[in-house]
Amino acid sequence: MWPRISTPSGIVEGLAGWPPPVLDPAGPYAGSVAALSWALIALAAGIFLIVLAALWIALRGRERLRARLGGERAIWIGGVVFPVVVLTALLIWGLTLTRNLSEPAGGPELRMRVSGEMWWWRVSYLDGNGRAFMQDANELHIPVGRTIAIELVSPDVIHSFWVPQLSGKLDMVPGRRNLIRIQADRPGTYAGICAEYCGGPHALMGFLVVAHAPDDYARWLAARRAPRAAPPDRQSARGAALFVSAGCAACHRIAGTPANGQAGPDLTHVGSRRTLGAGILPNNRGTMIGWIGNSQAIKPGNRMPPYTVLPGEDLQALAAYLEAQR
Amino acid sequence: MPEADPAAGRDVVQRVGCASCHVFPDISWPRGALGPNLGDFADQGLIGGRVPNRPDLLAAFVRDAPALIPGTTMPAMPISERESRDVAAYLYTLRDR
Repeated sequence: MWPRISTPSGIVEGLAGWPPPVLDPAGPYAGSVAALSWALIALAAGIFLIVLAALWIALRGRERLRARLGGERAIWIGGVVFPVVVLTALLIWGLTLTRNLSEPAGGPELRMRVSGEMWWWRVSYLDGNGRAFMQDANELHIPVGRTIAIELVSPDVIHSFWVPQLSGKLDMVPGRRNLIRIQADRPGTYAGICAEYCGGPHALMGFLVVAHAPDDYARWLAARRAPRAAPPDRQSARGAALFVSAGCAACHRIAGTPANGQAGPDLTHVGSRRTLGAGILPNNRGTMIGWIGNSQAIKPGNRMPPYTVLPGEDLQALAAYLEAQR
Repeated sequence: MPEADPAAGRDVVQRVGCASCHVFPDISWPRGALGPNLGDFADQGLIGGRVPNRPDLLAAFVRDAPALIPGTTMPAMPISERESRDVAAYLYTLRDR
């Protein structure tokens, strides 16, 4: 409908759904936000035209019209009654809409928890009792047509969870647990961003929501729960050993291995992620090596140190091993 | 390079994220520091300091670097043969002016 504005940064164009279109809702929660946005834009345009007309009358209008425009009646109607009615209606609309964004839409819901952390997203899939049964990072997989209730938390500073095509935006406040609901009505990849300045590389804190058709979602979940295969070749077996000996395992967890670090993103499924560095790079062998070797050049200030000390062969082995973690 | 399109090559470079490791003069972010700056690549005599800088070798190198220089940090990249020629053509537009 509207021309897409391309970003100068370029590399993000390689990531599906980036930058996130703001007025192109793909589900009921985002739909209600978009409807309000369009109403505001239409209303603002109408008021702008009225003001222009009043200005024209004031400058060029007939004497009789100018007198009416400057009269007390015009002031009462245009200056008091009109704003009170319009702003009150908008306030009621906005507050109701905000409440509905965290209300269930009906039907069985799925539960997740997303923790905003400087400068990435810790993702937990929750069972019916609210216990996490699967960990991931920077990517949420959901089935279409189902409402997902997401607990939003933060251990450090205030972040804001925003997937414009699927819902409104809601802050993640340390010490609080906020609730947002999202839903996608068509399969696709939807980009999300941190919408509250959180220091340093805040602008490079993105993520993706991948919405699957129900059958695809079931297959995806089954694949995630399948037993994990051993490293497929010698290079990735060497990478597995390096992952522990080079210190990666101190911050990163890979389920089913001795690597159990909790400080950084869980890498159990990193090979199947569409992006690296929290929604900012395409995921392939080259970007993996670039990220491990010197992520500070890519995302300055992020908490992963550069590993320029590792020789090329070690970086290749680590990348091969991580690529196999699907 | 005959029948290769530098503009298409630049698109490929953007899509696969070569800039995660290399600086390109016309790509503003990222400006990776793990690999060499490619700002004057067209004027370089060698690829990776080892292989003569010839179009055919460059196209092969950007697609599967370890095959030409074993032990290099640069990995094989997910691009087609045609795309590798476009990327090489793009790299030959990079020179100090």
